[in-house]
Amino acid sequence: MRHLLSPLDFSVDELDRLMDLASDIELHPKKYSDACKGKKLATLFYEPSTRTRLSFEAAMLNLGGSVLGFSSADSSSAAKGESVSDTIRVLSCYADICAMRHPKEGAPMVAAMKSGIPVINAGDGGHQHPTQTLTDLLTIRSLKGRLDGMTVGLCGDLKFGRTVHSLIEALVRYSGIRFVLISPEELRIPSYIRENVLDAKQIPYEEVRDLETAMPSLDILYMTRVQKERFFNEEEYIRMKDCYILDKAKLKTAKPDMNILHPLPRVNEISVEVDDDPRAAYFPQAQYGVYIRMALILTLLDIAV
Amino acid sequence: MLNIGGLKDGIVLDHIQAGKSMDIYKYLKLDKLDCQVAIIKNARSNKMGRKDILKIEGGLDVVNLDVLGYIDCNITVNIIKDEKIVEKKVVRLPQKLTNIIKCKNPRCITSIEQELPHVFFLADEEKQVYRCAYCEEKYK
Repeated sequence: MRHLLSPLDFSVDELDRLMDLASDIELHPKKYSDACKGKKLATLFYEPSTRTRLSFEAAMLNLGGSVLGFSSADSSSAAKGESVSDTIRVLSCYADICAMRHPKEGAPMVAAMKSGIPVINAGDGGHQHPTQTLTDLLTIRSLKGRLDGMTVGLCGDLKFGRTVHSLIEALVRYSGIRFVLISPEELRIPSYIRENVLDAKQIPYEEVRDLETAMPSLDILYMTRVQKERFFNEEEYIRMKDCYILDKAKLKTAKPDMNILHPLPRVNEISVEVDDDPRAAYFPQAQYGVYIRMALILTLLDIAV
Repeated sequence: MLNIGGLKDGIVLDHIQAGKSMDIYKYLKLDKLDCQVAIIKNARSNKMGRKDILKIEGGLDVVNLDVLGYIDCNITVNIIKDEKIVEKKVVRLPQKLTNIIKCKNPRCITSIEQELPHVFFLADEEKQVYRCAYCEEKYK
């Protein structure tokens, strides 16, 4: 039995197969509409999340399966003090697969150790959020037709943004990737990513402060939100939050086939006037998130269609 | 020169970095044992200048080699039988540590689930970096 705890749990070949399946689902959704009939997905969400939980639920419903679960720790047995290990053992009797989000880092791993069903990490604190990375990879591959040979700009909070760290670790496995890391000094990429991932694998990258200067070279622009919950100091958050606001004027020098991604939710880092630009890919990205989760559920349940 | 009686059967931990013997005493929980233990601090050493030595009466089962490797992988472990060294054990930096060090990350699942074992894996042998198996935070 397999679980998905980290974006690197799948090899490049396995990821290719997963994305091929997701692309086939996109093209032939009807073919898969009964693939999970009689199967149940448990969504164990110990902290609120609209997007990820609904994306998982939509994925399972699209496959003809059903869903059950809870959407906050208060409405679960965790409020009575039950451990993750006990909860998953019980849930293994009720469902065929589960997606877990937990504020504590490593909780899905603890669940996987005791689980009788596949566990998907749907986000554990600031640690991992592998299905977001899979979504990002599928979006890039679907829009560009490849995952190699491109310049990827990552902009905003590169220090606390786990989606950025995971995406870098996933993309460096492909050839010809160059990064432009755009952030204020205070939100630079952590040194362990620079040293252990980028420098160690001799990946070309540059760190810049200015989005406009970087824009013309980019094939992908990945915007991130400065997350209030990561700051201990309100003053510092206010100073950082409006560092980069992407608007039409800034996009003037961008390549015509550049794509703008964002893990969402956005606050104001992408102006709404950009939404109608053909390069804006953040809403299609949410749709790709459903396809890759469908492919993941099928793969972990070992269901062939 | 300080004289300490010979050991008939037991273990001598030699070449301990000077000043580290009490750490080892604590980590190996030697205070819980009834056997004789000699702690020699700042002994003269040609190789190290100064070193600590621990002499422990009894079998090897009292010594967790992983703990020793984690504290100081240059320690020599001599097994003594009938007052003779019968075996020398090499101590290595362990690949995995279980319940020896504790994760200090307040966001780690081990911070709220007390019954979980604290497991660390060796992430960088050269820099001797251990990371928590659950949250992957570096142990400092």
